[in-house]
Amino acid sequence: MAGVADATTRREEREMQMTSNITRRKFLQISAATLGAGAAATTLTDSLLGSDASAADGSVRTVPTYCEMCFWRCGGIASVRGDRLWKFEGNPIDPQSHGRLCPRGTGAVGSHYDPNRLRTPLLRKGERGREQWAAVSWDEALAHVAERMQKIKAEHGAESIAMLNHGVGARFLQHVLKSYGCTNFAGPSFAQCRGPRDVGFTLTFGYGLGSPEPTDIANTDCLVLIGSHLGENMHNSQVQEFAHAIERRIPIIVVDPRYSVAASKAKYWLPIKPGTDLALVLSWLNLLVTERRYDREFVERYGTGFDKFVAAIAGYTPEWAARETGLDVGLIRIAAREFASHRPAAIVHPGRRVNWNGDDTQRSRAVALLNALLGNWGRKGGLFVQAGLKVPAYPLPPYPESDKPLADNPNGERYPFADEPITTGIRDATLTGSPYPIKGWFVYSTNLLQALPNRAETLKAIDQLDLMVVVDTLPSDIAGYADVVLPESMFLERHDELLVGWGRRGWISLRQPVVPAPQDQKPGWWIAKQLANRLGIPKSMPFDHIEDYLAARIRKAGYDWDKLKSEGVIVGPQAPITVEDGLELEFGTPSGKVEFWSDQLQAKGFDPVPKYTPPEPAPEGFFRLISGRAPVHTFSRTQSNPLLADLMAENEVWVNAATARSIGLKNGQRVKLKNQDGVVSNPVKVKATQRIRPDAVYLVYGFGQTNPMMAAAHRQGASAAQLTTKYKTDPLMGGTSIHSNFVTFVPEA
Amino acid sequence: MARYGMVIDTRQCVGCMDCVVACQTENDVPVGYARDWIVTEVRGTFPDLAMEIRSERCNHCDNPPCVSCCPTGASHVSPVGQVVLVDPAKCIGCKACIASCPYGARFVHPDGYVDKCTFCDHRTREGKDPACVSVCPTHCMSFGDLDDPASRVSELLRTRRHHTLLPEAGTRPRVFYLT
Repeated sequence: MAGVADATTRREEREMQMTSNITRRKFLQISAATLGAGAAATTLTDSLLGSDASAADGSVRTVPTYCEMCFWRCGGIASVRGDRLWKFEGNPIDPQSHGRLCPRGTGAVGSHYDPNRLRTPLLRKGERGREQWAAVSWDEALAHVAERMQKIKAEHGAESIAMLNHGVGARFLQHVLKSYGCTNFAGPSFAQCRGPRDVGFTLTFGYGLGSPEPTDIANTDCLVLIGSHLGENMHNSQVQEFAHAIERRIPIIVVDPRYSVAASKAKYWLPIKPGTDLALVLSWLNLLVTERRYDREFVERYGTGFDKFVAAIAGYTPEWAARETGLDVGLIRIAAREFASHRPAAIVHPGRRVNWNGDDTQRSRAVALLNALLGNWGRKGGLFVQAGLKVPAYPLPPYPESDKPLADNPNGERYPFADEPITTGIRDATLTGSPYPIKGWFVYSTNLLQALPNRAETLKAIDQLDLMVVVDTLPSDIAGYADVVLPESMFLERHDELLVGWGRRGWISLRQPVVPAPQDQKPGWWIAKQLANRLGIPKSMPFDHIEDYLAARIRKAGYDWDKLKSEGVIVGPQAPITVEDGLELEFGTPSGKVEFWSDQLQAKGFDPVPKYTPPEPAPEGFFRLISGRAPVHTFSRTQSNPLLADLMAENEVWVNAATARSIGLKNGQRVKLKNQDGVVSNPVKVKATQRIRPDAVYLVYGFGQTNPMMAAAHRQGASAAQLTTKYKTDPLMGGTSIHSNFVTFVPEA
Repeated sequence: MARYGMVIDTRQCVGCMDCVVACQTENDVPVGYARDWIVTEVRGTFPDLAMEIRSERCNHCDNPPCVSCCPTGASHVSPVGQVVLVDPAKCIGCKACIASCPYGARFVHPDGYVDKCTFCDHRTREGKDPACVSVCPTHCMSFGDLDDPASRVSELLRTRRHHTLLPEAGTRPRVFYLT
């Protein structure tokens, strides 16, 4: 087998045991094929193609702003040459980037020039989802939206208009809808991502972790990653600290069914059977207690319910875990002894997208307990306690009161420990009309068809709506089902709310326009203000321009607005974030202690100490589908960016090489994936690799898009979300599982 | 006279391709072409595996076959840093250099001349690192004068195990990979 080259050749992966007798001639052929083939130049812009590469013509100006290519929100500095956006680099004073962006940030230029962008407001003509549109003016589009909203409010109440959103740009639309009486707002970042983790940590320590996670990787002596694929997810500052940890030669322990990039940097790789992570963590808790390797002083001083906890985990021995996880018992022990020996400067990373199996809050709680046994809370090299800055709110009129419960989780009765609203709960309410009908959706910058499980349910919910508005920069899958599509300017073309960040120090970042929007795209705050006027609530946006709002907030906080405009970031003073620098530990649990045994869980009928349930076995001939990220893409929102598509235009399905051979699949061959419910994917390339367990297959998610307007990404690769028809809902907080589906292969005819 | 080279730590590199994107925007490389790229080599059989990730580009060889075979002198060694460059005005697009390069580092630009990595000549003249080096979030790349014993690159080569690509080709590459 020759090198596995990506379609556009910017990356190549060779498995040497299959190409051990590679010759120079062969290599030349690979190179020629990969570098030359199909390389018809598609120009990013006229100015980029064939222009003078010299920047020394004196016409370069720079503007600092913060990035929105993902949720890490790094500070950057954009360069404009003449009137063209040229490049985007890290802002050296920014704590999220330290002057270095990730490939998506660097590639943000491509999102400005993306030919697939939404250009003008669209009104649906024809049937929903048939993609027949009329391009209309903003006046016409907003008049239509306001009229439908007024009708829904008159018939059902404003609570019946919900908003589903992701990203900081949603701020003012949310605000205007709240001013109108809407109460139901949710983002997939909770129930489809970090929610189980934050709830698990809150149940244990009294605090969720938020973003960025307060992992002191920079100073740790041992890092354990359970499913976290740092380096493939490009959480910038965290990856920078991770790379530095590699340079420092600290032991890294990676638990992953896949030989991730992080696994390749690890001292110990534990190729776990997917779905059994909780068994491993429970056995590690057991080992640390049994071998008395935990921090007794920390437990005695700050813990509660420890004896009952010890009794509850007594049966979870490493031998038992080895049988459940498929891991070598010696490896389970040696890894635990390694990380325990470095406490408190050891971290079991809490993870981020942790909604895998439907019992994820309890697994996250077990991870929290493991960190508690290491005594690393508020310790150097452990989990620090974030510092922040106070920026007063802009005086805005109060929101109207509502006597209706939130629709997603009325009075917290469905999911007692959810501390944020649940997207899928809003979807359920829309489908059932209970506790009251939901008739309007505002969807801001989140591609629900790729973000939520079971696409059919989402589409059925949309059928119940009298109005669906999608506000986005791109024609995402979900935009195809909208009644009204409103094109937003991308982040390098607009102002947004301030970023007030919490971390080692507090910081404030400014987003400000670098270049104008190329067509009729408008910023979120402008759309919100126009809508407020049409809804008859102009006073909800009591400023002419967002700059007035931003400047007022900054000045009220006592900072220099002009300096922020020219430097982009304000970094606060040093504050104690660990015991080592004077922090007094406190815990926000009901007991004020670290709750090894949870009375509040028990009171609601849940396990006070996590218990293990084995995952469902795969049907004969099926493989568990797991998914993750690639460094050059964010969710499903960057696949059409010409610079990033050039690096990865489609995903591949990773199949263990021996498995592939045994079922007759060849590397590079296209197959369709069929899941246990008969749902069939787009054709996707097979990556036959040693880098994955034989019982799992892997997809990078966000591919296989369905909207034909998204020409560059349409039907490129397979969608993991499409194949996620079966999901379990976490009974504690409503998280929905993504690794609960099985697929088999349908070779392409 | 300086002799520029690059030292890349394959242990720190995560293969994120930021170097590739940065080169693309910095140097206006047309979409569909690349002056640098990522190669991942996997060795072994599940679960006993090892992996090396490399950011590759023109090696700016001390003995560059692309320069000696160029009929017009377009491919040349620059007096600044002894970097291998192409003068588009002199290039006739004969592709002799492409055939002679064992690293596949060169391509024909749509404007008709041969193009490749310049070690960001326009930046290094201003005392900056090449774009790929300056953006890398893992800090895995170092750039500098190999003839200066006090440089970071010289120090790394003195203290760390390293290799070059296809040393048997006799090109004497100046991009080194730490392992």
